[in-house]
Amino acid sequence: MLNYVGILLKELRIHGRGGQGSVTAAELIAVAAFESGAFSQAFPAFGVERRGAPVQAFVRFSDQKIRLRSQIYEPDYIIVQDSTLIKDVPVFSGLKKGGIAIINTEKAEDYQVPEGVRLITLDATKIALDVLGLPIANTALMGAFAAATGEIEFSALESALRDRFPGPLAEKNILAARRAFDMVREGV
Amino acid sequence: MRKIMEGSHAVAEAVRLIRPGVISAYPITPQTHIVERLAEMVADGDLDADYITVESEFSALSACLGASAAGSRVYSATTSQGLAFMFEVLFNVAGMRQPVVMSIVNRALGAPLSIWNDHQDSVSCRDSGWFQLYAEDAQESMDLHFLAYRVAEDHDVLLPGFVCFDGFILSHTYEPVDMPTQEEIDAYLPPFVPVNVLDAKNPISMGMYATPDYYTEFRYDIDRAMDRAKDLLVTAGRELGESIGRDYSGLVEEYRLEDADTAFVAMGSLCGTVKDAIDEMRDSGIKAGLLKIRSYRPFPRAEIAKALSGVSRVAVLEKNVSLGSAMKGAVGPEVKDALWGSGIDVFSYVLGLGGRDVRKKDIAAINALSIAGKGDMFYGLREELI
Repeated sequence: MLNYVGILLKELRIHGRGGQGSVTAAELIAVAAFESGAFSQAFPAFGVERRGAPVQAFVRFSDQKIRLRSQIYEPDYIIVQDSTLIKDVPVFSGLKKGGIAIINTEKAEDYQVPEGVRLITLDATKIALDVLGLPIANTALMGAFAAATGEIEFSALESALRDRFPGPLAEKNILAARRAFDMVREGV
Repeated sequence: MRKIMEGSHAVAEAVRLIRPGVISAYPITPQTHIVERLAEMVADGDLDADYITVESEFSALSACLGASAAGSRVYSATTSQGLAFMFEVLFNVAGMRQPVVMSIVNRALGAPLSIWNDHQDSVSCRDSGWFQLYAEDAQESMDLHFLAYRVAEDHDVLLPGFVCFDGFILSHTYEPVDMPTQEEIDAYLPPFVPVNVLDAKNPISMGMYATPDYYTEFRYDIDRAMDRAKDLLVTAGRELGESIGRDYSGLVEEYRLEDADTAFVAMGSLCGTVKDAIDEMRDSGIKAGLLKIRSYRPFPRAEIAKALSGVSRVAVLEKNVSLGSAMKGAVGPEVKDALWGSGIDVFSYVLGLGGRDVRKKDIAAINALSIAGKGDMFYGLREELI
């Protein structure tokens, strides 16, 4: 059951560091949303793309053609790929009441989340290390996003991953996404 | 068929459907994804074209000029400093009447260095004899390439053209596009039939020396061809609509202009954000509308005068600056000229330079400025930096 029908626009802002795959995550979430029947739009914040530097990427979801081109200042959802960003970057800025914050962290802290926001923390890096052998957590976080928001169907995410990555790598990434999806759905 | 893809890849797919015989380009951000994808298509045998790699944009466009003169359909793409580097060749391509089509992935010009979007690069080539079309979204970025080739290669026109779309904002954004079929594009765009061809067996010269007795008439001929391009953009844009279901017969496009007090005028991807801002303003009782300019050259003076005849004021949103000019933006004076004698106020607002984000609230703020009679200015300056 997808939840954007009748809702004009939902917005996701992804915070990460250069090299963590934030732009790829935005693109694949948009592809999966499109495959799930939505109009979607994904674009990067056009900043300095140095490895390790804070970066942002954005996704919009709608039930109609998306015309708006500005960056996202009042998201419904955020994904934070690296919790060390929180002390330097105002990741919660503008996050809407009723919104969802998904934070990748080894150890959840007492984050200053805006009122009415649902906080989801998970160790997506551990999932990535277990499954992929690399600390690239973006695909696990996509699974968490699918479970937490319902904006994308898991099967659509699977096909987006198969489309982007070659055979065995795609299957490993799907496994990482599935683990995070199940964790979030079970409320872990 | 509807697919979701990056804007640059949508344009590369359009170019594949157009079947150029020769591609020559030099990679430059944010044009790179187009030419990389085309290079892959050629290498994989998905596109039967000669891909000429060169050491500069000057050489890229020179190679295109030569290949076009030899009778081939040619394609190139560039942006910003790359386009500036082509400046000399632009005039030669137009002067030799070669129907080269080039994607301009709009980006600011240095210095200071900026890889981000504005329209300074293409607007600064206004008088080069190339027609210039501006796209609002990925779909239009694709579709205008079909139209551009059809118009450029028509024997009543024979002029080169830019298809301009915003760097990053469109080139690096994933969004849905409807992909026409090869059959549709083959039917719409038959093979290029050159008028004069460089041929060793029947040697001719092109781009020769013209004395003062001849030069003016060559320039006059280009201007006449621009006028004919204006008519053909309408008819060929309509035929494109009949072929692929999306009509491009308008040199301009009106959005909620009926009963509008304030009309915004804009080009490119900014039009989408302005449309959303207009819907919000209308919901709160502010009567605003948009006139999107799709063809900047040839300039649709009569169409603009007609579309804006009923409004109280016009706010031209400019992603360029004509430094030292009275209105600041380059488009404003021509809109004002189109409305000369009407008594309608026309103001320019320079915004979105070097990638600065433009939000709906900025459009609402500009509406308020225009009502207060304030315009011909840089909008949103950071006072602490001045």
